[in-house]
Amino acid sequence: MTDSQRSQLLHLGVIALLFVAFFVLPTYHVGNLSRIMVLAVYAIGYNFLFGYTGLLSLGHALFFAAGMYGLGLSMELFDLTTAPALMVGLASALIVSAVIGFLALRTSGVSFMIVTLMFAQAGYLTILYFGSYTRGDEGFVIQQADRVLFGLDLSNDTARYFAALVLFSVCFLAVARLVQSPFGRTLVAIRENEERARMLGYNTVAHKLKAVVISGTIAGVAGAAYALLFGYAGATFATVQYSIFPLLWVLLGGAGTTIGPLIGVIFMFYLIDLSSDITSAYMLIAGVVLVLLTLFAPQGLAGELRKRVFKWMP
Amino acid sequence: MDAVNILTTKGLTKAYGGIKANTDIDFALPRGKTMALIGPNGAGKSTFVGMLCGRIPATRGDVFFEGANINALPAHQRISLGIAYTFQITSVFAGLSLHENVALAARRRLGADVAAVNAKVADVLARVGLAERTDQIAGDLSYGHQRLLEIAMGLAQDPRLFILDEPTQGLADSEVEEFIALINTLAGETTILLIEHNMDVVMKTATHITVLDAGEVLAAGTPEEIRANAAVQAAYLGTSDA
Repeated sequence: MTDSQRSQLLHLGVIALLFVAFFVLPTYHVGNLSRIMVLAVYAIGYNFLFGYTGLLSLGHALFFAAGMYGLGLSMELFDLTTAPALMVGLASALIVSAVIGFLALRTSGVSFMIVTLMFAQAGYLTILYFGSYTRGDEGFVIQQADRVLFGLDLSNDTARYFAALVLFSVCFLAVARLVQSPFGRTLVAIRENEERARMLGYNTVAHKLKAVVISGTIAGVAGAAYALLFGYAGATFATVQYSIFPLLWVLLGGAGTTIGPLIGVIFMFYLIDLSSDITSAYMLIAGVVLVLLTLFAPQGLAGELRKRVFKWMP
Repeated sequence: MDAVNILTTKGLTKAYGGIKANTDIDFALPRGKTMALIGPNGAGKSTFVGMLCGRIPATRGDVFFEGANINALPAHQRISLGIAYTFQITSVFAGLSLHENVALAARRRLGADVAAVNAKVADVLARVGLAERTDQIAGDLSYGHQRLLEIAMGLAQDPRLFILDEPTQGLADSEVEEFIALINTLAGETTILLIEHNMDVVMKTATHITVLDAGEVLAAGTPEEIRANAAVQAAYLGTSDA
């Protein structure tokens, strides 16, 4: 079996596992998994830029929120139906990430982190400023009538789970394919040694801009899906916390691995869930575990697995 | 189009503040030949080739490649025209396999044609003698092998002009001999511009030599002419009254 066949088997296996999980897991965990899969899409988008291109953004909440508000506001203010509103969500994330990418890529390294962080803060404050439309921190509920896509009522647990699974599978497989393509390989080359890639004749600036747009658009799709599936849009999702989350998920799961984002989200979700059963100071437990993982598994869970056991892992 | 010369410069100058690293360099590189660029440390050799391939913006002056002015082109577009460049300080993709390093170089031209890319990779790795290491991680190679990998990455681009910045620096004597043999197999196939300190390598490979000193062209000609040139001898021996 070649490495690429193994990878494909792994990817299809993960999707099959998520499919079966719906039928065997208790309702509580099925509900969690719906949320986890949507957040994993967000992490997949983040990983594309951070793990494969080597660009650390602290402003992805802006792209997530662009998708979320693109969908939410177009329903709320212009009475768009579900499918067009979803398209508006996707388009707003695409446009926002193209503009931010164009501006922020004039910098690199730490400056890139700061600039993306500042843009995201500006975005968050903009949402608060236009509170009469966005209802600021309080946010607004997406009406149940607006949550019907192709005849499926997405407020229903089953429909929601499978909608999340379809979205996750599409993004998961598409990105896995993309990173193996010549374009994806060039991004890895830029991550490893940008000057060398440039002196092999690659337009590294254009490549990085494309990576920001792809990453931001996937993040935005996750934001739109989150609003649609869970029926709520609010400014909390635009805060810096939501820019840090995907970074943590990807670091924990394994940056630059295809399954790392999903593993990271599952791990973090249940780490907080289980530790809050034990004590109200659950962030203390979570914090200690995170520190330990960073110390002893610096490449993340999937990254360490790849290093130690499955060298073929994509 | 200039039939004789593949690359020429006119008045090429680089100033860092008030200090001129290169002053009004007029240079012509004959097609299909191997030109060595020599000169004492700090003569401005790396600055000069940096301006040729676009890594370093020129203060003034013109660079013509195949008769066309390429002043306005950024580095990656100059490379796309067929100028390959190897770094003075080894700069490979340390975290990637040898195969992937060379494939990245080949892919820019050959695109998504996997079979053609693989054939090219196998071909050039064999040519530099690294064929059996194709799956190793580049960062694990010895320094000498990393230099060879750099050359392989240049060859994989099928360059019309191949610029090598001190390729034999840090190589063992036996490796230098292999390098000389490799360059001589390329003679006629492509034009080579070689920055080199090792005079043995220069004399065994170059058909033409340009000598830079203190940012200016001191002499240019065949190896015999350069060897006989009093100004060159003075620059290398360090006498100031030449």
